Amino acid sequence: MYLIKLALRNITHARLRIWLNIIVLSFAFVSIVMTEGLYDGLSEQVRDAEIDTNVGGGQFWQKNYDPYDPFTFENSHSVIPAELGKTIDEGKATPVLITKASIFPRNQIQVVRLKGVDPDQKIIDLPTSILNKDKDVNLIPGFIGSRMASSTGLKTGDFVSARWRNINGTFDAGDIKIVSIIDINAPLSDRDQIWVPLKKLRDMMQAPKQATIIIFKKENKNRIKTGIQNWIFKDQNFLLKDINENINRKKIYSTIFYAILLGMALLAIFDTQVLSIFKRRKEIGTLMALGMTRWSVVVLFAIEGSITGIFAFILGSIYGIPILSYLANEGILLPRMVQQSQFAIGLMLYPKYGINLYIVTSIILFISVIIVSFLPTRRITKLKPTDALKGK
Amino acid sequence: MKGPRIIETRDLIKDYAMGKQFFRALSDINLSVNTGEFCGLVGPSGSGKTTLLNIIGALDNPTGGNAKVMERNINTLRHKEAAKLRNESIGFIFQTYNLLPVYTVFENVEFPLILLKKNKYEREEAVMQALEWVGLSNKAQSKPKQLSGGESQRVAVARAMVKLPKIVLADEPTANLDAANSHNIIKTMQKLNLELNTTFVFATHDEKVIKYLHRKVVLNDGKIVDDLNIN
Repeated sequence: MYLIKLALRNITHARLRIWLNIIVLSFAFVSIVMTEGLYDGLSEQVRDAEIDTNVGGGQFWQKNYDPYDPFTFENSHSVIPAELGKTIDEGKATPVLITKASIFPRNQIQVVRLKGVDPDQKIIDLPTSILNKDKDVNLIPGFIGSRMASSTGLKTGDFVSARWRNINGTFDAGDIKIVSIIDINAPLSDRDQIWVPLKKLRDMMQAPKQATIIIFKKENKNRIKTGIQNWIFKDQNFLLKDINENINRKKIYSTIFYAILLGMALLAIFDTQVLSIFKRRKEIGTLMALGMTRWSVVVLFAIEGSITGIFAFILGSIYGIPILSYLANEGILLPRMVQQSQFAIGLMLYPKYGINLYIVTSIILFISVIIVSFLPTRRITKLKPTDALKGK
Repeated sequence: MKGPRIIETRDLIKDYAMGKQFFRALSDINLSVNTGEFCGLVGPSGSGKTTLLNIIGALDNPTGGNAKVMERNINTLRHKEAAKLRNESIGFIFQTYNLLPVYTVFENVEFPLILLKKNKYEREEAVMQALEWVGLSNKAQSKPKQLSGGESQRVAVARAMVKLPKIVLADEPTANLDAANSHNIIKTMQKLNLELNTTFVFATHDEKVIKYLHRKVVLNDGKIVDDLNIN
């Protein structure tokens, strides 16, 4: 107990050097929590965006459907079975018909997916009702995401020629009017896709009552009957697999950054401790002459280092909690470039700072600080009191 | 008042390794000091005074021979036991004062009592008394850097005396002080020697100190060449 008292006294009476160390360490602590929170918030936002705009509570896929193979699209639609039709009528799911098409923006050919969706659906978070705006029955209204608009140069009000095959394999063509360009957070619902009314696409393909996938309401994910002939259920975990793998890959970079920040903080402590032991040799000798054992001196120095960590934690909390809370509530405005990335991110990124993150980071930092504080002090055990008194 | 033997060395040898060779710092030192003595190890630089003082203070171990302090054999003391002996029974005064720079005068003097786990009230009482002995009660809250050399050394004396040790070992205590301060310091120690019957052993070649000593043990080239009692 007296060693803690002495260590506290040494720290509180110490000069600028220790306080600078505490400030640096507190920056590292806040930066680590901030970075991890940004990453956690980003991951959560990406998953949420995918669930809201694409995945829902899970999907039934027509048995031939393979989203990675556009050649399957011609055969991957069939009449919606009665059981699923009932669920759709109850407003718990929505059908989407998907086909491959070629469009010709700026006199170039581009392969896209036409996605037919019910304009009145409330299952996925897309403003599909805008497809109802234009009542001209001869028109094919469609909306695209901002990424698609950027890659094709299409603008609201533009017409783009499209060519597709119907279910008999016959080519057909028409002009699609871009009725709106919207910011879609999830790239999977944006890139190379044009959303058109379901009924229109069914007519274009001569595929009445047919669908390729049926997306369930996200709230219903645990109440879906899966055994339906020719339709395969894909749950949220399966549908988010790519996203999760992508997130985990990026997590490595986050971990490296975490390690670098932590390493820098610990290096500062290690350096301070080494310097401190070097500069305070005479003091160490005096402490031994006054009756302290070498081990007591080691513990004293290690406690001093640990208290530095605690003070840094307290200081970091004093200015870090308000800053981090503000960021978590108000979000961080992202540059356009980030929104155009493969990640599903909105205009704002909301970091997520859970108590777990705070506690885990604090514990890791604190244990590391204790270890790093202790390591240089082992040199004290080799010091002879007479040499230490001479400052050797 | 002289009491029983408190320090005793027999055929004490101390060698230091210098590369593959050894340098003999002390050679066949036979010395007895009784409780309450006010004596000094006197001699030129390099004569072995500090080495002998360090061995008596259990800060160093002899290479050969025997050293007993308060009936405890320094040769066989483990590190922890040596620290305990220093903590409980020996006070040190150094040439460069060795005050802890971040502590106040009060805290510096209080330090040995914290190691002895005295309670707050005992510590306060003892520290104020020790500061009174050395005439620095009014400097209790000063930091060492605010003190003059003489004041710093008086704080060091108070720190050595505050736990009422049996032995005080002073290594060149006046080397950095002027004549007036040296005189004050030695007079203070002399007074404490008389009042508390504390044994004082000095290592010095300062004539200002030597003239106050009751006994001079003269060292030269690591050997005792003379041992004089002065009345």
